[in-house]
Amino acid sequence: MSVLEVSNIKKSFGKVEVLRDISFSLEKGEVLSIIGSSGSGKTTLLRCLNFLEYADEGTITVNGKLLYDGSDKKSKRMKEAEIRTKRLHFGIVFQNFNLFPQYNVLKNIMLAPTLLKHGDEKAIEENAKKLIERVGLADKINNYPCELSGGQQQRVAIARALALNPDILCFDEPTSALDPELTGEVLKVIRSLKTGDSTMIVVTHEMGFAREVSDKIIFMADGVIEEFGTPEEIFGNPKSEKMKAFLSRSLENI
Amino acid sequence: METFLNVTLDLLNGFGTTVKLFGLTLLFALPLGLIFSFCSMSKFKPVSALMKVFIWIIRGTPLMLQLIVVFYGPGLAGAWAEDLLAVTDNALIQWIATWNGLDRFPAVLVAFVINYACYFSEIYRGGIESIPKGQYEAGQVLGMTKTQIFFKIVLLQVIKRIIPPMSNEIITLVKDTSLARIIAVYEIIWSAQVYIKSAGLIWPLFYTAAFYLIFNGVLTVLFRKIEKKLDYFKG
Repeated sequence: MSVLEVSNIKKSFGKVEVLRDISFSLEKGEVLSIIGSSGSGKTTLLRCLNFLEYADEGTITVNGKLLYDGSDKKSKRMKEAEIRTKRLHFGIVFQNFNLFPQYNVLKNIMLAPTLLKHGDEKAIEENAKKLIERVGLADKINNYPCELSGGQQQRVAIARALALNPDILCFDEPTSALDPELTGEVLKVIRSLKTGDSTMIVVTHEMGFAREVSDKIIFMADGVIEEFGTPEEIFGNPKSEKMKAFLSRSLENI
Repeated sequence: METFLNVTLDLLNGFGTTVKLFGLTLLFALPLGLIFSFCSMSKFKPVSALMKVFIWIIRGTPLMLQLIVVFYGPGLAGAWAEDLLAVTDNALIQWIATWNGLDRFPAVLVAFVINYACYFSEIYRGGIESIPKGQYEAGQVLGMTKTQIFFKIVLLQVIKRIIPPMSNEIITLVKDTSLARIIAVYEIIWSAQVYIKSAGLIWPLFYTAAFYLIFNGVLTVLFRKIEKKLDYFKG
C-alpha cells in the first residue's frame, strides 16, 4: 500500500491554473524530488498537501485513508480541529525556515509537541535533544535563531518538523534562501534522513542532489507532470522537449 | 517658602488625579484596543466596517469634544426622552428618560478609554499585520490552534515591534489628561490655575511642567528597559 496517493489535483488562483491534474503515488521510505522552473506549481502542490491551500479538485490519501476530496464540499469546509489532525501526517520545511525568533533552538523544537501534549515534558525534551544532535547542532541548543547561520537555522527547522513524527516530510526549496557555501550542510542532513523508513518529498533546484538522493523524480512544467521516473530515466534519457531545455538551462548555471 | 510648600502639596493633590486617570485609562484601553484591532481585522465585513467607521470618528474629532459629549450627552438624551414621554410610552424612550449622565471623573475616564483604545488598536493592527505570514504557517503545519499561534508565537513579536509607537502614545496620554479640566475634573493644571485667580500667581502653572517631566522621564526609562529586555531576539 502506498504511503501517499495523490490523484487529479487541480488548483487555480483566480483565472490562473497553477495545478492541472496532478497524480502520483509514493511508497514508504521513498524520496521523491520535484523539479521544474519557477512558477511551474511545485510549491503550490506541497502547500495543497499540507492544507495551507485547498485543492479545487482531486484526492489526497495517506496510508489508505482518504484525507481530502476536492469534489466533496465538506472537505473544503473542514473544521479547524480536523485540519489540524490531518496536517500532522505531513511535515514541511520552508524555504525561509520560519523559526520562532523568540525561542531558543530547544524550545523551537519542543513547542509544538508540548502544546499538542505528545507525551510528558521530559520525554519531549529528550527526543528534541536527540533530534538536535542528529542535525549536528548539539552545541547550539540554547542559541536563538538570530545567532545562527542560515544553514544552521534550516537544520533546526528540519529537527522541528521531525519532532512531530510526520508520515511524509516535505521540503520546499530548503536551500534556495541560503548562501551557496551553506547548502551542503543542509543537503547532508536531508541525505542522512534517507534511512529507509522516512518518506520525503523535496522540491529543489539542486539537480545533483535530486539525482543522487531521489528514488523518483517529478518534472513539472505549467502545472502538469511533464515527466515522471527514476533519476536515471529523467537525467539520462529525458524524453520531452521541455525537460531537455530545462536540463540544459540548469547545467549552464553550473 | 511656605507658599512654595503649599503650592507643591496642592499640585501633588491635583497630580494624584492626573496619575489616577492615566493609570485607569491604560488599564482599560490596552485590552480594549486589542479587541478593537481584532474587530477591525475581522473577516466578517460588517464588523470590520463598523469598527473602521468608529475609529475614524474617534480619531477624527478632538478628544476635548468627546469629553463634553460623554459628560453632557446622556443627560441631554434623558431630558429629551422625558419630553417625548408625553407623546409615546415606548420602552426604549422610557429607559433613556431614566438617564442622568455620568459623574465627572467616570465620564472623563470613559472618553479617554474609548479614545485611546482606538489609537492603540491601530498600533496593534500595524504590529500584528507586520508579522510574516510564514510564522503563522509554521504554527499551522505544526498542528497548533489559532489561539496557540497568537499567544505562543505572534504576541511577543508584536509587543517587541510596537513598543516604540506605544511609548509615544502613552507619553501623549500623560499630557492629554490635562484636558479633564474642561469638565471641571480637578487635575494638576486646574489646581495650578486656581492660584492665578485666587492669588495672582502664575508660576505654579509653570511649575506643573516639572511634574509632567519627571513622570514622563520615569516612563521613558521604563520603556527603554522593556525594549532592552526584548533585545535578545530579532524579528
